[in-house]
Amino acid sequence: MSGHSTYQPKNPVAKWFDAQLPLLSTANEFMTFPTPKNLNYLWTFGGILTICLVIQLITGIVLVMHYTPHTSMAFDSVEHIMRDVNYGWLIRYVHATGASMFFIAVYIHMLRGLYYGSYKAPREILWILGVIIYILMMAAGFMGYVLPWGQMSFWGAKVITNLFSAIPFVGDAVVTWLWGGFSVDNPTLNRFFSLHYLLPFMIVGVVILHVWALHIPGNNNPTGVSVKSGQDTVPFHPYMTMKDAFAAICFLIVFAFFVFYQPNYLGHPINYVPADPLVTPAHIVPEWYYLPFYAILRSVPDKLMGVVAMFGAIIVLFFLPWLDTSKVRSAVYRPIFKQFFWLFVIDCLLLGYAGSQPAEGIWLIIARAGTAYYFLFFLVILPLVGLIESPRPRPASISEDVLAKNARKAGDSAAQAAE
Amino acid sequence: MATMDKDDTNRRDFLYIATGAVGLTGAALTAWPLIDQMNPDASVKALSSVEMDLAPIEEGQSVTINWRGNPVFIRHRTAKEIEESKSVPMDQLPDPIARNENMAADAPATDENRVIDGKEKFLVMIGVCTHLGCVPIGDAGEYDGWFCPCHGSHYDTSGRIRKGPAPTNLPVPLYSYISDTRIKIG
Repeated sequence: MSGHSTYQPKNPVAKWFDAQLPLLSTANEFMTFPTPKNLNYLWTFGGILTICLVIQLITGIVLVMHYTPHTSMAFDSVEHIMRDVNYGWLIRYVHATGASMFFIAVYIHMLRGLYYGSYKAPREILWILGVIIYILMMAAGFMGYVLPWGQMSFWGAKVITNLFSAIPFVGDAVVTWLWGGFSVDNPTLNRFFSLHYLLPFMIVGVVILHVWALHIPGNNNPTGVSVKSGQDTVPFHPYMTMKDAFAAICFLIVFAFFVFYQPNYLGHPINYVPADPLVTPAHIVPEWYYLPFYAILRSVPDKLMGVVAMFGAIIVLFFLPWLDTSKVRSAVYRPIFKQFFWLFVIDCLLLGYAGSQPAEGIWLIIARAGTAYYFLFFLVILPLVGLIESPRPRPASISEDVLAKNARKAGDSAAQAAE
Repeated sequence: MATMDKDDTNRRDFLYIATGAVGLTGAALTAWPLIDQMNPDASVKALSSVEMDLAPIEEGQSVTINWRGNPVFIRHRTAKEIEESKSVPMDQLPDPIARNENMAADAPATDENRVIDGKEKFLVMIGVCTHLGCVPIGDAGEYDGWFCPCHGSHYDTSGRIRKGPAPTNLPVPLYSYISDTRIKIG
């Protein structure tokens, strides 16, 4: 679809440069890239996520200039950033809030892909690369949360690394290897710091592949109908650059609200208590973006099976393109799938809330029901619905759909005018 | 062999196999130091024993000490607690193995096998929940022993798992009496 750019630099220096390294024609290809003209605001989250990644990289590199990765000094150095470093409080709050914003954006981005069937052929690789980015993000977020060395940092690290002790036979050796000792301690903090610095650059690498894989088939769109002709598309610039920029500014206003008015709302107060290896806080929970998986872990009474279910809940996303048997991409034309989709969204929210509550009584029952639906949705409902559902008629092209909508709108306003 | 004619093997095949064999061996040998550097280092292993005087611990009192970065519970058990623990039928124990480093690996989880003979008042064990590593709370839970607040595991007065997601009993570390009241752990 993209094909070779016809762009030819006019300036002789640009011409000379571009002949040896075609950066300019590549950039030009990006700017003129044909995008479906019916993309809605849910399609702006790719750009928003890129901005999130850049914010985390810049604030993170700055924070490392003031942070000390040692168990005796880590907590104090974070307080030093908060109290002494010029604008340290701002930079740290942007980084900490930024992690949550990053996950809000990625969850919207993923649910958009699920709703509009963006993972279906020819975009399976694009989806799989996205799942890899998501897993890298979770690893980076987890290790970053350990660095301030508060109570929740320490016990979060201990519980999550202990998940690997469930592996038969070699589990304990693996956990000792991860810790570099007999408990979470200074060697653990040091290596988490090293990996927390590495992972964002790995994410950058996979993002480049993700964008590359996007530029082969081009964007999916709300109708799920493939682009048929030039009539269906507009160039990326200025149409999508403007739309993305507007959405990004709106997103950043919400971001700024949390940074300036509720910087600790998404965290846990107990993490302002220094880590104590001998006392576990009464109620330990992970950051909100892991809660649904934490609920799945706790809903299974067996240790190994709980860990298998938790990792399985993420791994199943890799197989989504083949679990969904329907040839129709967009849920707009899939009446049955659409209902199960919204049930799935509610299920994820419910699992998240159950994960934040003690694993007993009604919350344990809700978490178990939620876990059952989570796996039923992927492993039973998606394959079956695709076979039994009769989708609604789809428009012949994106253009036809846009024109029909416009005609309907014009009709409505004409009717209103006539009243 | 008829199919392995001399013409089939030449210098290129030899170089291909030789390069592959040496390259793979070299890669494996290079990978190992990079993997093993993450295992506990000499300074971590050097801290592997600690001594403790049990005389000041009153009956019914527990103390927690730090051994290799982990809490070790030492409890001076009351007669009632010992009695409770001894009276449990073996078939009610989810984990029937003593998990005592001072015993055979398959020793049954009787109360006698969880302590040192003649010193049954003192229960010494690593205070790390065998589920996901939290520190259980003492004098709590449905079996008068320990209760883990993270995911709700209940341990009895012998530190044996009775209810909840933890798979095994709290482990008893290698320890011995170096005098009548003084123990050395590790």
